[in-house]
Amino acid sequence: MKRTTIPMAAAAAVFASTALAQSVSKEVKARQGQFQIVAMNLGVLGNMARDNLDYDAEAAQKAANSLLGVSMIDPALLWVEGTDNGSIVGTRALPAIWENNAAFLDRWGAFAAAAAAMAEAAGGGKEAIGAAMGQIGGTCKACHDGFRAP
Amino acid sequence: MRSLLHILVLAALVAAGSLYWLSRPQVLAAGSFADSIGDPERGQQVYLAAGCRSCHSAPNGNDKDVLAGGQRFPSEFGTFVAPNISPDPEHGIGTWTLYDFANAVQRGVSPSGQHYYPAFPYTAYIRTEPQDMADLWAFWQTLPLSDAPNAAHEVPFPFSIRRSVGLWKRLYLTDRWILTGDLTPEAMDGRRLVEALAHCGECHTPRGTLGNLDTARWLGGAPNPTGSGTVPGLTPTELTWSASDIAYYLESGFTPDYDSAGGHMVAVVETFAELSSDARDAVASYLKALPQRD
Repeated sequence: MKRTTIPMAAAAAVFASTALAQSVSKEVKARQGQFQIVAMNLGVLGNMARDNLDYDAEAAQKAANSLLGVSMIDPALLWVEGTDNGSIVGTRALPAIWENNAAFLDRWGAFAAAAAAMAEAAGGGKEAIGAAMGQIGGTCKACHDGFRAP
Repeated sequence: MRSLLHILVLAALVAAGSLYWLSRPQVLAAGSFADSIGDPERGQQVYLAAGCRSCHSAPNGNDKDVLAGGQRFPSEFGTFVAPNISPDPEHGIGTWTLYDFANAVQRGVSPSGQHYYPAFPYTAYIRTEPQDMADLWAFWQTLPLSDAPNAAHEVPFPFSIRRSVGLWKRLYLTDRWILTGDLTPEAMDGRRLVEALAHCGECHTPRGTLGNLDTARWLGGAPNPTGSGTVPGLTPTELTWSASDIAYYLESGFTPDYDSAGGHMVAVVETFAELSSDARDAVASYLKALPQRD
């Protein structure tokens, strides 16, 4: 339960300058960026659901579409062998991602389904967003439970 | 010379006898629950708040309410394996009485009079009320059975001597509240959740050399017992989230930055999400009432 991914991204950037990590840094950076995009857009939707932000159907739809877009990125490009936290510094990706890859891809698929549900719901008001947030949050936790180090 | 030896032997015997006497299991008064009537509906709330299933559900089990045991908890003293505590009469605790159950949960003593290791957080549960136990036990009878056999703890000598836990309890088992003073009713509800039931301190408070919680640094953050990294502190010094952010995190798993809970905290959020919003607000109120650290 770490609160920010920024130090991680910074660590990855520093590490990128060393020869050892050069071949994988781009993938690691890309997948960390992918989760930053997810977090930023969930921030728009979550804050509308919580009344921290006025509901705006267009902004909500844009955020939901961004989530859907990220969910369509092919995970095979980002999650390359040898980029777990036992092999390199600057990632919380657990070896289980590769050891139990089918389950990992299944969790990613669950996120894609939840993102699609959010894209359907986002234009329908903050209550609809709240329910869809619950589904997305469930898929985040389900994956972080066994595939991401604390 | 001979008499000196006699005195030494006698002194050693007295010391050993005192240690044995001091380490004996301390149980609840006999007949404590003779007139108790449990409410299973309220018991379910106790069950969720106490997080029983977070540790006792099978690793990667689909139904989290099947308390088959088997999750492993590494520590400096060895690895503890959660036992089957489903109401199965053979492999679980189906033959226990409410009195047996309360002694286990509130005092860390088995029906046969053995000490449990404090990996089982009876040091927190000792602060629960007798009615909590009666309600919880009534709810327990509705849980599914599991015939999963129990695995032994992997605890090396000298910690394998369970009797020594009795001495540890003399030092560290107390029903006193940790946060005292003028608290709002909401913060007091939160204290019941944080200090007695949800046993947040077990991971969020650093430990001393004997594995005891260092209550001077209560909820100040600690090394992660099950791997790399640290478990964050929860006092206003470390946790600067608003009360509403804390309550939302316990409901959804989302931090104010929309990162999401991971590791063991996933199971904790899943149970908190099933509790009432009042319960989550109460925890937030309690955490906000904790003193600032220097």
